[in-house]
Amino acid sequence: MTQSSALVEGKSQTLINEAAPRQPFLARFQRWEWILVGLIILVVILNTRLSPYFLNALNLSRTSSDFMEIGIMMLPMVFIIITGNIDLSVASNMGMSASLMGLLHNMGVNIWLAALAGLALGTLGGMLNGYLVARVKLPSLVVTLGTYAFYRGIAYGFLGDQAARDYPAAFTYLGQGRVLGTLIPFSVVLFLVLAVGFGLVLHRTAFGRYLYAIGNNENATIYSGVPVAKIKLILFTLSGFMAALAGLILAARFGSTRPDIGTGLELSVITAAVLGGVEINGGNGTMLGAALSLLLIGLMRFGMGLLNIQGQVQGVAIGLLLILSILLPNLARNLSVRNLKFKRQPVAVAILFLAVFVLFFIFFYWSRAPIVAAS
Amino acid sequence: MTAQNPPVNRSSFSTVLWTLARFREAGITLFILILVVAVTIRNPAFLTADNFQDILLNISILAIVALGQTMVIVTHGIDLSVSSTIGLVAMMVAFVVKQNQDISIVLVVLLGMALGAVLGSFNGLIITHGKVPPIIATLGTLSIYRGLVFYYSQGTWINSFELPKSFKLLSKGTPLGLPNMVIIAIVVAVIVYYFLNYTRTGREIYAVGSNPDAAQFAGIRKDRIIFLVYLLSGLAAGLAAVLWASRFESAQTNTALGFELQTVAASVVGGVSISGGVGTVPGVLLGALLLGIIQNALTIVGISPFWQLAAQGLLILLAVVTDKWILSRVERRTA
Repeated sequence: MTQSSALVEGKSQTLINEAAPRQPFLARFQRWEWILVGLIILVVILNTRLSPYFLNALNLSRTSSDFMEIGIMMLPMVFIIITGNIDLSVASNMGMSASLMGLLHNMGVNIWLAALAGLALGTLGGMLNGYLVARVKLPSLVVTLGTYAFYRGIAYGFLGDQAARDYPAAFTYLGQGRVLGTLIPFSVVLFLVLAVGFGLVLHRTAFGRYLYAIGNNENATIYSGVPVAKIKLILFTLSGFMAALAGLILAARFGSTRPDIGTGLELSVITAAVLGGVEINGGNGTMLGAALSLLLIGLMRFGMGLLNIQGQVQGVAIGLLLILSILLPNLARNLSVRNLKFKRQPVAVAILFLAVFVLFFIFFYWSRAPIVAAS
Repeated sequence: MTAQNPPVNRSSFSTVLWTLARFREAGITLFILILVVAVTIRNPAFLTADNFQDILLNISILAIVALGQTMVIVTHGIDLSVSSTIGLVAMMVAFVVKQNQDISIVLVVLLGMALGAVLGSFNGLIITHGKVPPIIATLGTLSIYRGLVFYYSQGTWINSFELPKSFKLLSKGTPLGLPNMVIIAIVVAVIVYYFLNYTRTGREIYAVGSNPDAAQFAGIRKDRIIFLVYLLSGLAAGLAAVLWASRFESAQTNTALGFELQTVAASVVGGVSISGGVGTVPGVLLGALLLGIIQNALTIVGISPFWQLAAQGLLILLAVVTDKWILSRVERRTA
């Protein structure tokens, strides 16, 4: 079995390498990455003008470590989304792993052993997702929605209303430490190394090509002899491991663990991947794009934070950016195809919608006026 | 596969399974019955009218929003923004009620539904005309609407004492024997049931979900149907928001945070297929009921509150896996 599948893999590797339309592929997707670079430059310029504290090495160093847990979970998420699946359970898995570590630490177990146990549990959690998706053949959205509740529940089961704290300094270095003699946080270096590794796997190995193949046409890929089920199992297991790793780093950064640690981060992770140009229905996307979008989101949030905009209100900007990143290219394509022919009905409908939304916001601001007056 | 190969030489066992598969609600009904019996043996207090009224009260809001969610999922979409829609509408409505203490309750309900419908139609517009995938569009509006809640309220919240009694009684009053909220949920369920099964538009929703291209060739305006389901999902969330504010007598910035996944869970556990085209109103109601019973039973059986979420997640997984197992057995027997 192993021998024959190795043979098949070897064969299809050459096939896929020959068939890969590398040049047009790269040419097409570098465009989105250039747009991201442009947006990043724009955000940097805007923020530098708006706040004198933006281009401050110490500030940037501090804020960069805030996004590394999201980044670490994003790497396997890019793989999973490229195959046309999704993992909603990452943040819960992170909470479960970190809580087990906290529980063991509270019981007096050596912190590194506890961390190892957390990593093992997270990997197991990922494996369960993978098993249900790959072998039981349930949709990944359904499976990870279930484990989203299950793993977070286990986190509460472990720690209840307790918190784990007083981690030794050697451990908190993972989240708070800086590389010797520089301002660069350790977690940033770890993320960059991992990102390069994941990027190489995605863009330079047969395994990476298989992911695109699965995302484009899963059945055809199965019939080509690619062990699709095994690959899915590996992906979700990997996602579980990385979620646990992110959990340890987050716990180290906070210096404590509560069972609600990282709640809701799964949506930030998916947002970062999709904004980076990873196609949610699978088949397209690059690691560089995802990494750039993480940088863009980080800089935007940091800048808005300096301007004293609440974290949740910042979500409006991030959400709009997410929608516009897909909406604008689509609209641009539509306009050029239609040659801008004037049709009465669409215009009437557009005006109607505009009127409805304007009315909504008039009501929004009118009813909000007393709140503003009071505060 | 099963559709093309009608069963031949059925044994009696496979006949049973075949019937089970055709009434997908049977699997979940069985699951609920087993759970009820098991819990009642552990603690007879579970099987009392009072307790069941409690369960119904708890799942009314979930059922209303899950029915909207179901229509969306049947078209092969998903609406993740319902929780933020509830949060935003609840905040706006509660604030309007606080400022106008003697406002008519009917007007409040209509206002909530209208606001929800506007938010839902925004989703529908960017999905149909902007060609944004539903999960991305509603993920975006999930954070946009939640951000607007904070922006709207400036971080403040509405307390119980700021709301008039009539508004609080909207959900809890029992002029008809059952709490109003339960009756509203039943009425909504009946309307949605009629709409999905006996109206042309309702049938078109299934057509679009099971084969969008064929539906388009058959002359169904796909975009209109898809737009409509998001509008209706928003409308249901708007109604739920009014009930939420009335039931919990408050509106906070984190109202209904994370609720979207519960509504998806209720639909999926109730047999709605995430790949579209399949789903029934009774199934979704049973799904919501199962979630409500699990939550209630865990407390009654005396499981530590800290482990309840884990047990809930595990039972959802079990329900989905059992359903899949029954289906695959049927396929193997009949293929």
